[in-house]
Amino acid sequence: MRLAEHKYRTTSGIAGQLLNVENVHAARIGEVVKVIGPHGDMIEGEILEIVNGNILIQLFGETRGLNTQNMEIVFTDVIRQVPLARDILGRRFNGSFEPLDGLPMFYASESRPARGYPINPVARLRPEEFIETGISTIDGLNTLVKGQKLPIFSCAGLPAKELVAQILQNARLRESSKKFAVIFVALGLTFHEYSFYLEALQNIESEFAAFINMADDPVMERLMAPRFALTVAEYLAFDHDMDILVLITDMTNYCDALREISNARKELPGRRGYPGYMYSDLASLYERAGRIRSSQGSITMIPVITMPEDDITHPIPDLTGYITEGQIVLSRELHQQGVFPPVDVLPSLSRLMQKGIGADRTREDHRDLANMLYKHYAKGRELKKLEAIVGRDGMAEADRLFLEFATVFENEFVYQGAEARSIYKTLDKGLEILERFDLLPDNLKKNDRNRTL
Amino acid sequence: MKKETVGRIITISGATVRTDLTNLTLFERVSVGENNLTGEVVKLEKDGTVLQVYEDPSGLGLYEPVKGHGVSLATTLGPGLLSVMFDGLQRPLDALADKTGSFIHPIHLSSALDLKKKWSFTKLVNNGDTVTAGVKIGYINEGPFQHPILAPAGIKGRVEEIAQGTTCLEEPICFLDNGSKIFGYQTWPMRVPRPYKRKISPRGPVITGQRTIDFLFPLARGGTSIIPGGFGTGKTILEQTIAKHADVDIVIYAGCGERGNEMSELIEEFLHLDDPRTNCPLMERTVLVVNTSNMPVAAREASIYTAVTLGEYYRDLGFHVLLLADSISRWAEALREISSSLEEMPGEEGYPTYLASRLSSFVERAGVVETLSGDIGSLSMILSVSPPGGDFTEPVTQALLRTSGAFLMLDTTLANSRHFPAINWMQSYSLYQNILAEYFKKNISNDWEVLRSLCREIMHKEEALKEIMEIVGIEGLQEQDRLVMTVAEKIRSGFLAQSAYTEDAFCDPRKTMEIIRSITDQFLKGREQGSGKSGNETRRT
Repeated sequence: MRLAEHKYRTTSGIAGQLLNVENVHAARIGEVVKVIGPHGDMIEGEILEIVNGNILIQLFGETRGLNTQNMEIVFTDVIRQVPLARDILGRRFNGSFEPLDGLPMFYASESRPARGYPINPVARLRPEEFIETGISTIDGLNTLVKGQKLPIFSCAGLPAKELVAQILQNARLRESSKKFAVIFVALGLTFHEYSFYLEALQNIESEFAAFINMADDPVMERLMAPRFALTVAEYLAFDHDMDILVLITDMTNYCDALREISNARKELPGRRGYPGYMYSDLASLYERAGRIRSSQGSITMIPVITMPEDDITHPIPDLTGYITEGQIVLSRELHQQGVFPPVDVLPSLSRLMQKGIGADRTREDHRDLANMLYKHYAKGRELKKLEAIVGRDGMAEADRLFLEFATVFENEFVYQGAEARSIYKTLDKGLEILERFDLLPDNLKKNDRNRTL
Repeated sequence: MKKETVGRIITISGATVRTDLTNLTLFERVSVGENNLTGEVVKLEKDGTVLQVYEDPSGLGLYEPVKGHGVSLATTLGPGLLSVMFDGLQRPLDALADKTGSFIHPIHLSSALDLKKKWSFTKLVNNGDTVTAGVKIGYINEGPFQHPILAPAGIKGRVEEIAQGTTCLEEPICFLDNGSKIFGYQTWPMRVPRPYKRKISPRGPVITGQRTIDFLFPLARGGTSIIPGGFGTGKTILEQTIAKHADVDIVIYAGCGERGNEMSELIEEFLHLDDPRTNCPLMERTVLVVNTSNMPVAAREASIYTAVTLGEYYRDLGFHVLLLADSISRWAEALREISSSLEEMPGEEGYPTYLASRLSSFVERAGVVETLSGDIGSLSMILSVSPPGGDFTEPVTQALLRTSGAFLMLDTTLANSRHFPAINWMQSYSLYQNILAEYFKKNISNDWEVLRSLCREIMHKEEALKEIMEIVGIEGLQEQDRLVMTVAEKIRSGFLAQSAYTEDAFCDPRKTMEIIRSITDQFLKGREQGSGKSGNETRRT
């Protein structure tokens, strides 16, 4: 710790959001600095690089109007901290953690560094508790569990936000717990999207906190907001034993901001101009989801990604898919057919599903049923390609049955409109469709008789 | 040998630090800053030294102290490694959790091994015997194993005193006449391959229990397989399934830049599953080296060297070792990040130009060897690769293709149709198949090779017929071809596909033979009948 505050007036250059200061005696990487402008206005910044006494600072606010001559740089000797308190729930903040709801800032009971510390892998608890989202394609075929990170891969123009709103409305843990809260992080959202989400949030029963970075807010805040939100989530989940659902939209804007900042720092660009460390950077956010042994709480994360050019191999969805535990992929084709939610079941996946379903979690027949539905639908979809070549009339009777099955599956199982389906309803729906096509194996039939209503 | 020198931090850029110390040596281990972060010397300059810090550097300050240790970054080797989970710098994660709780804070831990734990030592040499590096001076019973204690490198002399019975690692086990002491553990610089008497060509297979691998694309003991695949193709599940069932003595599992939840799942399963060969929990034959994607990147780079050094150590004790690394791409990315922070000239896709040579010298550390003490030990590797966008033309996959012996290509299309393991049988290959043919013929079945080529032939035919069938439908095919299609489908769903969640997860080679024989028998019978018929037809016309 330094004994006195350090102030400098030795700015040697400003370029975009980057500031150079000379002849500094003491500085730390990541240290927060305050830049006081000629009119007493203040911008915060963070130390990026130290070369002898020359310091490179990343600024977080608007730099227009700054002038190297008359500004003062205060070195605070602290790493960026996040103020924390239970009172954070019910509040809205911007990407610099300033209240947006007109109320004064809450009193912090403690503070922690925004970038957090990695969870020790031995301290992790395996995620395995089922979360009901009310969406058949998720609950039935790509089950979400507490502590999982499951992104939604969307395309421009697809109703991702409607799907997310529906999940928010219906999401509940099987043993309904009162200690459930949502942390909403908006990154680079347009006003239109923002107001949609806000309305959806205000309609849910659970408490929530929001971090809002709008499309015209500083780009640097887009990188900070999710870190604030996740530090808050860790505090609520692991100190207050709450189940926290973190919803981040849109991670594509986050990655673009990362590219912009990296480029301004003159770093080497990687694929499509994104920095080579994007994988590690994304992991430093996504990996904060999970459960730990020393707490009852959990962090479940649903990031939304808009795939540029509908391309799942684009670096953003690609690197995300390598870190997250599965993905829910939306399909333009289904959307055009009027199917809502337009979830394409085939490329979608939940890696933690196996542990979250079955007799003591959802229902005994869940696994077999899900496999059966998936298998027949995959076959039907495969045959659709053939149909395009030879036409339906040129196909064998048995093949036509699977084509028909795929269509019914899309229109009745995938399609659910605004309806909220319980897991039992979802599974019964699947059983019913399989039965209609006489595709139900005997072991499932028996279950059916025992279970139905 | 030990010199301690102190300098100051002059420059910090990410995890790359420059100090004014000039008497350090390349790859020397250093302590950086007031928190004693672990670092390594990566570049020597006229008026200073460039260091790579292996822990989170945030908060590191200008003019904070830098200390040289006089030794390289080293791996600690000895009894007590098994069933422990280490991070990339070989810090036991359990001990870290005791100190810093559920989250990892940068802190200094003294040793990778518990030096105070009591072991029972049985000596194999007596007073007056001459001991040189690599000689077994005795052994310690550890779990299901006898853990030999080797004289470390640089040792030569006559035994003056040797312990017997209960001992612990912090006390010397053996005193030599020239004053040197031998402990129960030793350290080895992780970036240097451990010595052996000679390398031997691989002869036998690693039985993975995966039918597609053992039967079609086998891995030799001492060989290297790579598993490249896009996300969702089941790399991790495949690696973990092999880690559970492979017929080796010791498994080193390196979780390099992957998910934390996967690791917690792995530990839980390994603790509860028994190794059928020793009836002890699987964990007792396993060492885990874990540097998840959110742990410091530079330590991720070091993690595979920690893992391979551990593997070589067990090889030198005369064990058959399998190193599984998931995933090498994350290691390569860490290398790229470090290289770019050192402002080196980038090569293809930003990777440093030494990527290929680093990878090949890493892969060369696998092999079957005659150890310094005259035993036979082996280190085999199965490395997963995560090519961006599932594109196999990228540098990491390409570099590994040149150095590894088997290529198990995971296919997104197969994975999407839930065919697991999603190993593409058309593109994958194993260079070990000819070497191993003899083994399988002798030990499993005489017609192993015959059925193997028949199986491949059917799958090749299916591939060719598929396109035709898409146009004319299965009814449009000739009877012979229809037979190929039905049998191929049987091979795919009943033989190549294998669940990782049921008892089928491990399939003994004999059972593998039975299954494929029953399917191909059907094919041969069908073909005979068919050719009989078509023969008649020809006569008629």
